[in-house]
Amino acid sequence: MAKTLISIQNITKRFGNFAAVDDVSLEIAEGEFFALLGPSGCGKTTLLRMLAGLEMPTEGQILIDGQDMSRVPPNKRPVNMVFQSYAVFPHMSVKANVGYGLRIDKVAKDEIEARVREALALVKLDGLEERKPDQLSGGQRQRVALARALVKRPRVLLLDEPLSALDAKLREAMRSELAQIQEKVGVTFVMVTHDQDEALAMATRCGVMHRGVLQQVAAPSDLYEYPNNRFVADFIGSVNLFEGTLTIDEPDHAMIESEELGGPIHLDHGVTGATGATVWAALRPEKIAMAHRDEGAAAPQETNVVPGVVRHLSYLGNETLYEVEIACGRRIKVTRSNVARYEERGFSGGEPVWLSWHPRAPAVLLS
Amino acid sequence: MSSKSPPAPLDYLRRWPLRLWIAGVAFFLYAPLVTLIAFSFNESRRNIVWTGFTFDWYAQVFQDDALIEAFVNSLTIAAISTVISVILGALVAVAMWRFRFPGKPVFEGLLALPIVVPEICMGVAMLVFFSRILPWPSDLPWPLDLGAITIAHVSFSFPFVAVIVRARLLSFNRELEEAAKDLGASEWRAFMDVLVPHMRPALVAGALLAFTLSLDDFVITFFTSGPDTVTFPVKVYSMVRFSVTPEVNAASTLLILITVVLTAIGLRMQGKDIARAEGGA
Amino acid sequence: MEQDWKQSRGSFFTAFAPPAFWLTLFFLVPLAIIWAYSFGKNISMTEVAVTGTLSNYARIADPVYISIFVKSIVYAALTTFLCLIVGFPVALAITFAPDKAKAWLLLLIMLPFWTNLLVRTYALMAVLRTEGYVNTVLGWIGIGPLPLLHNNFAVVLGLVYVNLPFLVLPLYSALDRLDRSLLEASLDLGAGHIRTIREIVIPLALPGILSGLLITFIPALGSYLTPDLLGGPDSQMIASVIERNFKRANDWPFGSALSFILMYLTFFAIAAQTLVAARRRKAGGEA
Repeated sequence: MAKTLISIQNITKRFGNFAAVDDVSLEIAEGEFFALLGPSGCGKTTLLRMLAGLEMPTEGQILIDGQDMSRVPPNKRPVNMVFQSYAVFPHMSVKANVGYGLRIDKVAKDEIEARVREALALVKLDGLEERKPDQLSGGQRQRVALARALVKRPRVLLLDEPLSALDAKLREAMRSELAQIQEKVGVTFVMVTHDQDEALAMATRCGVMHRGVLQQVAAPSDLYEYPNNRFVADFIGSVNLFEGTLTIDEPDHAMIESEELGGPIHLDHGVTGATGATVWAALRPEKIAMAHRDEGAAAPQETNVVPGVVRHLSYLGNETLYEVEIACGRRIKVTRSNVARYEERGFSGGEPVWLSWHPRAPAVLLS
Repeated sequence: MSSKSPPAPLDYLRRWPLRLWIAGVAFFLYAPLVTLIAFSFNESRRNIVWTGFTFDWYAQVFQDDALIEAFVNSLTIAAISTVISVILGALVAVAMWRFRFPGKPVFEGLLALPIVVPEICMGVAMLVFFSRILPWPSDLPWPLDLGAITIAHVSFSFPFVAVIVRARLLSFNRELEEAAKDLGASEWRAFMDVLVPHMRPALVAGALLAFTLSLDDFVITFFTSGPDTVTFPVKVYSMVRFSVTPEVNAASTLLILITVVLTAIGLRMQGKDIARAEGGA
Repeated sequence: MEQDWKQSRGSFFTAFAPPAFWLTLFFLVPLAIIWAYSFGKNISMTEVAVTGTLSNYARIADPVYISIFVKSIVYAALTTFLCLIVGFPVALAITFAPDKAKAWLLLLIMLPFWTNLLVRTYALMAVLRTEGYVNTVLGWIGIGPLPLLHNNFAVVLGLVYVNLPFLVLPLYSALDRLDRSLLEASLDLGAGHIRTIREIVIPLALPGILSGLLITFIPALGSYLTPDLLGGPDSQMIASVIERNFKRANDWPFGSALSFILMYLTFFAIAAQTLVAARRRKAGGEA
């Protein structure tokens, strides 16, 4: 990994008695596209604003490039921000907006001119220099905000819910464009979002926050496949969680006895937990296989096979979400790709099925 | 290090130069009033050296029939003009909000006139009006003899009420009224059952403003009052012209007390009213 | 949205007629009378003949009256300016204060605003007197007693004292409407506080600031009580002259003409403010 650019050390921010950010430590490397992900009110925006210097931490330290930022006001930090509302100055033209920060830094006139032009070209706004913000669309205003921050060549660009105000189609397009811009300029991006798809698609690394606490920091795929705890497993994607007791834990296999499932879950790897402890098995809907079952047929001899009945199905186009009720009454979510045009027939409501999964499919969570 | 974080950039209130500034402004605004109140309890007539605590000046105020009468006059005028102002203000606000009619912009301008015309101009206009056009008999029984002053007070108060009520009406959801009518309410029932409750906080605020404006007014009253119809400010004015006395201090303190109580009641009622109108319903 | 009045005449007249009647009879008619009087002359102690003469207006051109008008405008402008200097930081602090502190600070400003004008003026008189508090304190440090009352200084101080809340409240509401993130963006882009206020806050809040200045300027221009009680013989403002012509000199036509000139000045100030605000909006403001 490249060298550390931002070092957040035991940061806590309290508003009265409420800890918006609770003892968060995090390192972000040069050139990363880092996403802070979490539900609204989890403290991610507060953390971002502390990086910008717009909020001051109650405890802890933030270092940028090895320098303590505690006493550095926002206008002296090597950091710029794209605000959620874009905060484009309504009384200034596009050009004046983008050049604002450079004028404050007393950059020479023709250099400002050149850099503004370059920044506007980067965000594809060339030709709109003289427009006023009220003559721009939401997407264009966002590009102005982006150019205005990038033109200052910050060490870190902070983005607060950058795509939340755009409509769905534009959001998709902007996702890849933002990632491309980041690659091109090489600036470290720190983005806050509540949208997991956005975070997973754009970021090189994500931090998941909940109730002020940083739950897990990992690459997007690791976050999905190897969540740390129930919150992360549940927040990222869709999941079936089974509470159970760890009964066998050997280096090459383990077993969880789950009342919720009405049977054991077999694993082909060890779990670093104490036998007898309560653990949770997280099983993603697409990792469960489903097969037609004849009423009254005997259970096959394999492990991790459960009989059930399809109770409800939601057709989503690319896939179908089935809710399958198992013997104990619990409903399990299963998704199937809709490839039925050239494959076997699908499943219908009320149909008896077998559910099964690979012994490496469940993620075992200790908390 | 304490657990308090340094001020965020826009926490202007936590920066000492601004704190000092606000303290200075507060001192400027309150020091004269506090001094006035303090010396209404001072034994010395000369007012500046503290010689001892006394209620004597208040006793004197309560024995001063002319002052008491002026005080009662002021409260009476304020009460009557408030009622009329709220009714007229609410009516005109609803009419302006609801209807399109020819000459509306002109009328709107005329309605704003009493708010912007200097008090002194309105005062002299009222003086001329009540001495030449509609001479108000001075021998009417109380409180009818206060009619001229009350009318003048309504004229400058009700446009203020109208402004407040109109602002409130902007947030009215017309579908509520349509729903009431859809459910069988007549025009009048819909007005009383849906629109009036929505206007309530504005009516309370308007009433409070009208009451204070009336109680506060000196200039216009000065020109419409006769020798037998003196209000509290006019009376205090004539006392102040002569000298600064502890008795005036005591009377002023009582008026400040009334202001504080009224403000407190108003804030409470408004707070509750808005809470009820928005949250409760 | 709005309904045409013809569609429900009954409701319209019920709501519209009483206030319109009141406004006409008890406000417009009195104003119309003094407007007519301003073109008339006294023919006896109690009678005025409206002759269409312009002599009352011609008299105002006298340097004595011109200087009083100029002085009134200067005092009102100075008062407004001082209120702005004193009030702007207060409004700024209130705007960005936490909710609870905000409510208390607003109350702090509101309470004098609700207090009787005469009481406030009187309170100021009491502390400014030769034997008042300020002079006592000055005496301790070996200065004074200074003549603080019954002069022009006292008038301007009194006008600032009385009108300050009038400006702080509209300033606060103008600043409060600003999008906070615009200020943060400016700080984030490297501007300091003063620069942010100059380049972002003032241009964007300008219409609100201007109307606040107007709300302070108009009553200050027409002040009667403050100059009357705090001023000296040479600190008369226009309202005092009007009062004297109606109550003592009994020259109603001339007083009426003076009143209307004062009213025209007021309207002129309003028109100027409206125009500036409109131009600002049209230009969108130049950076």
